[in-house]
Amino acid sequence: MNRHKGSGQLIFLLPVLIPVVMFSILPLLRGIYLGFTDYQLGGGIKFNGIDNYIQMLHDQYFWRSFRVGFIWTITVTAGQIVLGMVLALLLNTRIRLISIYSVLMLVPWAMPPVVRGIIWRHMYDPDAGALNMVLMSANILDKPINWLASFEYAIPAVIIAGIWGEIPKAALFLLAGLKSIPDDLYEASRIDGAGIWNEFYHITLPLLKPVLAAIISLSFMWNFNTFGLVWVLTQGGPGGLTRLPMLAAYEEAFRYGYVGYAAAIGNVMVIIVSLVLFTYLRVQYREQVLS
Amino acid sequence: MIKKEGRITLNIKLKTLKRGARSAFIHLALMMFMIYLVFPLLWMVSLSLKPTPEIYSADPSLMPRTVSGEHYRSVLHEERVVRSILNSLYVGITSAALVVLVALPGAYALVRYKSYANNVVLGWILTSQIFPVILLMVPLYMILRSLSLTNSLLGLILVYVVWSMPFVLWMLHGYIKTIPIELEEAATIDGATRIQIVYRILVPVLLPAIGASMLFAFISAWNEFFLALVLLKSPDLLTIPVELAKFTGMEGQARTGPLAAASFIATIPSIVLFAAIQKWFSSGLVAGAVKN
Repeated sequence: MNRHKGSGQLIFLLPVLIPVVMFSILPLLRGIYLGFTDYQLGGGIKFNGIDNYIQMLHDQYFWRSFRVGFIWTITVTAGQIVLGMVLALLLNTRIRLISIYSVLMLVPWAMPPVVRGIIWRHMYDPDAGALNMVLMSANILDKPINWLASFEYAIPAVIIAGIWGEIPKAALFLLAGLKSIPDDLYEASRIDGAGIWNEFYHITLPLLKPVLAAIISLSFMWNFNTFGLVWVLTQGGPGGLTRLPMLAAYEEAFRYGYVGYAAAIGNVMVIIVSLVLFTYLRVQYREQVLS
Repeated sequence: MIKKEGRITLNIKLKTLKRGARSAFIHLALMMFMIYLVFPLLWMVSLSLKPTPEIYSADPSLMPRTVSGEHYRSVLHEERVVRSILNSLYVGITSAALVVLVALPGAYALVRYKSYANNVVLGWILTSQIFPVILLMVPLYMILRSLSLTNSLLGLILVYVVWSMPFVLWMLHGYIKTIPIELEEAATIDGATRIQIVYRILVPVLLPAIGASMLFAFISAWNEFFLALVLLKSPDLLTIPVELAKFTGMEGQARTGPLAAASFIATIPSIVLFAAIQKWFSSGLVAGAVKN
């Protein structure tokens, strides 16, 4: 009854494979192909090679959306990892109430992204929002700011809401990683009189590397492909300032009907994410081999 | 001698003091995190309980001055909101049950048989995360339309089953790996077939993992927005996230109170279920990340 080779496996896997192939893999391949056509909603499909990509080179909306996409992805990923790490370290101590803290911290993650957007819209509301209220009663502001409609503050405002929603995921993941580090390692270093920072740098961080690499890669992909939160917060505004790549592609396909072009944007997103991940994981791997 | 003893007690006192200061510092830092993470929810609950004039008052406060249930009453009397909650429950429960039913034999086969298929399926689980949904959205729409499954809850359920499949498969795979094979060997001797083994022998052992996977699948379906936005058109088929997003658009600002109430209602199931599975969830996540 040990591990067989055999056709038996296929029977068990078929119920998984059929829907996955039909509703995920086939449409995906078709979508990649559409990125090389001039397909518009309702029209015919004609292969046009790399025309879409040449058009992209001159499309300033495309460049703007990828620029803000990078700013968004890098700051949100960095913010959620750094803050998530601090939170995980705090939660990995033996103090009272820890189980309450660990449940409370999940709140943002558990919310539907649409609700996250709705909440933060009210936090940033110029008239009745909490942020203006707090800043004005602390005399930091003397008149309310319309955060989400301002060219200066819209991007930071969206990023802060984004980090808020993603911290729990990072913290939960890293906390589980911290728990897997044996206590005696720390005890040994404490006898040697190592400080907290030294301990973190020489024990925690190296041992956490695989977990860190995994959560950074996943977060990078997820953040680059975000849609719901920003859609509800700004719909890409003001003036397209916060139009992330996913929002740009959605508008091309479903508002203007340029499906071929939208798919081409999707293809470029896949290539960029794969390149970044490949480079990152290579550097990671090399470091591990060297050390 | 006396002097030395004094010093020792002083040392001990200093130590407890230091420890006290340390835990006070940790509590303080954690409290600041909790304010950032939980305050927006509190603000929403507070909005949902304030009577309409107070929401727009010149100096808003966190604690409602008068507590009123009017927004909850008005939301629960609105047929389309109630309808969308029922739709979401139906879609969430059905897709969660289906995905586990289908993924369980699949995950079992990945653990107990060795073949090329393993690498293909596990590779797909990882790479599926890279592709933005936009890429498959239009072709998916066309496939569903040819099956008359667009603008239908059944179609959405099928899509959600596929959507949460990678993660559920991953979780169950990790869990089944920890089950000793002797358990099944005994059953084979008794003449049980493979599928009987999966459903009679493994299911009872796997109940916690099955529960966690179902809750996870339910939450992802309950929270999902993009696919539902594209696939559903009839007003009486919308799920709660799409209904809420519509709220913010057209009638927007004027209905802050009811919107906050509806948002809070939409948040309750996810938060309750999340709290229930969080322990299992975190260990499962990392087991997957580290071992593979």
